[in-house]
Amino acid sequence: MIFRGYRALAVLSMAALGWGATGAPVQADSPSTSQILIKDFMFTPMSLTVKAGTTVTWANKDDEPHTVVSDTGLFRSGAVDTDETFTFKFAKPGTYHFTCSIHPRMVGTIVVQ
Amino acid sequence: MSDDTLFQSRRNALKCMAYGGAGTLFVLAGGVFSPIDLATAADDNSGVARFGKPLFVQISDTHIGFHKDANPDVTGTLTQSIDLINGMAKQPALIIHTGDITHLSKPDEFDQAQQMLSRLRTTELHTVPGEHDIADATATEYFNRFGKASNNKGYYSFDHAGVHFVGLINVLQFKAGGLGTLGSEQLAWVAADLQHRSSSTPIVVFAHMPLWSIYEPWGWGTGDADQLMQQLRRFGSVTVLNGHIHQIVQKVEGNITFHTARSTAYPQPEAGKAAGPGPLKVALEQLPQMLGITSVSVVKHPRSLRLDDSTLA
Repeated sequence: MIFRGYRALAVLSMAALGWGATGAPVQADSPSTSQILIKDFMFTPMSLTVKAGTTVTWANKDDEPHTVVSDTGLFRSGAVDTDETFTFKFAKPGTYHFTCSIHPRMVGTIVVQ
Repeated sequence: MSDDTLFQSRRNALKCMAYGGAGTLFVLAGGVFSPIDLATAADDNSGVARFGKPLFVQISDTHIGFHKDANPDVTGTLTQSIDLINGMAKQPALIIHTGDITHLSKPDEFDQAQQMLSRLRTTELHTVPGEHDIADATATEYFNRFGKASNNKGYYSFDHAGVHFVGLINVLQFKAGGLGTLGSEQLAWVAADLQHRSSSTPIVVFAHMPLWSIYEPWGWGTGDADQLMQQLRRFGSVTVLNGHIHQIVQKVEGNITFHTARSTAYPQPEAGKAAGPGPLKVALEQLPQMLGITSVSVVKHPRSLRLDDSTLA
């Protein structure tokens, strides 16, 4: 699980450097994934753009538990404690806002293309 | 620290405590509220008698399931709090828990909390949920256990000894990026609930999140609390009791006294003095001061409220 996380982070970093998803190595054992880090009461990145069919993973590195709750009720994690993760597969294009129900000032967006 | 000689015996009581969390003991005397030092109450019967028969104890933020550095033993500190309340010569009529009973809304956490709280000699327990209590995916664990009093709505009222108690929920409806709110349905219910009550009826309102703005960047407030206060202003004695921030902050505004409670689990930083409102780790010997007993003392005719603070050590 942790190993996969590092790989996903590497893919994300390379995309950030402008290499683009198509040029970056993709894990053979799963479809394209993307990760959001939960740290210091923030979702990082606060906005993430992915292709339809992508599974997004939220990983909590805070000492506090957090939740990931869609504004439309599409997805709702339980309490995600330190070092726990929540995943959701985004099948359809669209813009999906989410928040932490324990700390509602934490907000984020997934843009699915 | 209070100068009152009533609290002289407190030090003796405190020497026996490693660290402990706490309750706030409220006493009804002469028709007004008197929250008093719980440690003193346990140790000094004359103090309790002087204030009158204890009405209720407020426990808050027990966070069963928390297991980090700020307090590796939250069940231990809750046990100490319960033992302290049980050791009082005169038992309170009620216990009010102002939420964050559990840390992760897990069934076994609720089970353990309920089991522990059932050890209280006072059996009448009233609760409101904190945001940590409704964090499960379906937000049903809390209501499965504690929802009956409010028909699973989270808000309800009851009367005891001529005092009207109103339990509210302000962790369910929130605006993303904003503060928790009470919502129009709950506010309308409060209006109807209070409508025919005499202004001389002492009112106690309890909810998890602070019902006034303490520090909005950390979510320490309730978005539509002003509308609630408009309804409460006509009453001669209103006490607003909250938890959530794991420290005492208080304010008196006319006839309304606002008071947040300490946690029995772990302290949090003061507003704005850390990156976020997470658990605050302190030296072990300092922890008793942070979890210490809240005390509010009010005994006066005509009905009015006065707040005093006492620390555990």
